[in-house]
Amino acid sequence: MTETKEFTCIRCPLGCQVVATLEDGKIVSITGNTCPRGAEYVTNELTDPRRIVTSLVKVTGGSQPVASVKTASDIPKGKIFECLDALKSVELTAPVRIGDVVIPDVCGTGIDVIATSNIQ
Amino acid sequence: MDKDLVIIGGGPAGLAAAVAAKEAGVNDLLILERDNKLGGILNQCIHNGFGLHTFKEELTGPEYAARFIVRAKELEIPYKLETMVVDISADGDAKIVTYMNREEGLVVVRAKAVILCMGCRERSRGALNIPGYRPAGIYTAGTAQRYVNIEGRMPGKEVVILGSGDIGLIMARRMTFEGAKVKLVAELMPYSGGLKRNIAQCLNDFDIPLLLSHTVVDIKGKERVEAVVIAEVDEKSKPIPGTEQEIKCDTLLLSCGLIPENELSNALGVEMNRVTNGPLVNESLETSVPGVFACGNVLHVHDLVDYVSEEATQAGKKAAEYLGKSEAVNAGGDKKIVIKAVDGVRYTVPSIIRLDHMEDRQVVRFRVGAVYKKVAIQVLAGDKEIMNLKKQALAPGEMEQVILRKSVLESIPDLSEVTVRVKTD
Ligand SMILES: Cc1cc2nc3c(=O)[nH]c(=O)nc-3n(C[C@H](O)[C@H](O)[C@H](O)COP(=O)(O)OP(=O)(O)OC[C@H]3O[C@@H](n4cnc5c(N)ncnc54)[C@H](O)[C@@H]3O)c2cc1C
Ligand code: SF4
Repeated sequence: MTETKEFTCIRCPLGCQVVATLEDGKIVSITGNTCPRGAEYVTNELTDPRRIVTSLVKVTGGSQPVASVKTASDIPKGKIFECLDALKSVELTAPVRIGDVVIPDVCGTGIDVIATSNIQ
Repeated sequence: MDKDLVIIGGGPAGLAAAVAAKEAGVNDLLILERDNKLGGILNQCIHNGFGLHTFKEELTGPEYAARFIVRAKELEIPYKLETMVVDISADGDAKIVTYMNREEGLVVVRAKAVILCMGCRERSRGALNIPGYRPAGIYTAGTAQRYVNIEGRMPGKEVVILGSGDIGLIMARRMTFEGAKVKLVAELMPYSGGLKRNIAQCLNDFDIPLLLSHTVVDIKGKERVEAVVIAEVDEKSKPIPGTEQEIKCDTLLLSCGLIPENELSNALGVEMNRVTNGPLVNESLETSVPGVFACGNVLHVHDLVDYVSEEATQAGKKAAEYLGKSEAVNAGGDKKIVIKAVDGVRYTVPSIIRLDHMEDRQVVRFRVGAVYKKVAIQVLAGDKEIMNLKKQALAPGEMEQVILRKSVLESIPDLSEVTVRVKTD
């Protein structure tokens, strides 16, 4: 059975519309991507969709009550909310520096959550 | 106080302009910033997606800003925080910049050159076409972003967003992450004003519906928003009777576009572009007042900070050039080429090119006024076609650019006009 699936590539702001053609669930062609990262993105979306998660954690003793954080690289899409839950119980003490590890190996993904802002 | 160069605003535009000017040899410069830290709007944009062009990696807003702040500090560029510029005027060749802060009170600086980097603010008036009472719970998306990401407090639990600008889309995901239920995004136009990737990763990922050609026609609740009524609109943006539905919510976010912050530019009397609400500039990003430059969101609203940095770098360099040259050279450039935006192209930045001051390659940025599929961007010098770029799709939400070559423009005798248009046939 042949089917086509359309995706918006999110790897850069161009946002190409990428179309994957599947034959019995296997990818036979990928079109519409401007660069190879688009094909890689669609292949991942069909097999193991991942996202970088950005959020906040509490900070005490700093110039502002929250510090921004991100996953150092993308984590499985299905683990986004588990990761956010884990962040809720974290409380940092100022100062916070960009790159500080906030949670190592978050939810067993092998990926660290790191700070993305400097809080004095 | 006397200064060679004063930079108003310490966001990404101000920082990149200052770094470029200092690197080009301007030592007597000063950044004035009204907030309590450098970095501008980027401090509240904690999502990733910044810097792919500039640093070849995907940074969050604060990380991107930090790179420029570190560079500015390395170069020992002086700056003042919690310092608000309240007026600029011209006195002969000098620019009189008046600022205010708690320690110094009101201070007047005589500057030889000024770079305007004040950014933009959100459209709020007129976005909601509903007369009468306004209960609590209505915010612009950027204000909500500041509450959540800087102050760490949530504006509400059940959210409807009006307008599909990028800030609204980003906030849909952000509020979802913080445990709120985002019911829907309603967009008046038949297309979204935001980047496609933000629709994919901020709405589709979380099954948040985007209703195009829809608007809010009524708000329920006395003290606090209790529900909003949305309706479909026709081609003339008029609500269609019978399509109303009531959506329960406690918060309404407005994400209906940004307008350059140009009170100061207006006070100075620079000529403005009616389409962008920013100053009209030439190839050097210089306004109609010689020695006053503009870049970033104060000039025209950008969706990508990389282009802001690029534009600001150019402004910084050109300001340094201006400061290094005699008046005669600065005034030079009788050969003015006007860039006309027609047939779907709403405006261009710059809109004037002086060949004498032009670099080998000149970036011309613009936006289109509607969604186009399979068209071309055509550039005419006089009536001669000098460029024809095929485009799969063009949309108002995405800034476009063409690069003009000096050699090409010089090769056409008596050139006074360049036209940029969408070619649909
Ligand atoms: C909510 C939001 C989301 C965005 N998301 C993305 C994204 O995902 N990816 C991306 O690449 N780009 C994004 N952008 C775009 C990018 O962040 C902006 O284009 C960029 O920040 C503009 O830089 P700027 O320096 O021109 O303006 P700003 O960052 O607004 O800086 C202007 C500065 O001037 C100061 N100022 C203003 N008036 C005065 C005065 N009178 N006296 C003293 N100081 C003054 C302000 O306090 C401010 O610090 C986003 C923008 C917004 C608003
Ligand atoms: S395919 Fe390449 S160019 Fe297109 S959006 Fe993806 S990363 Fe960007």
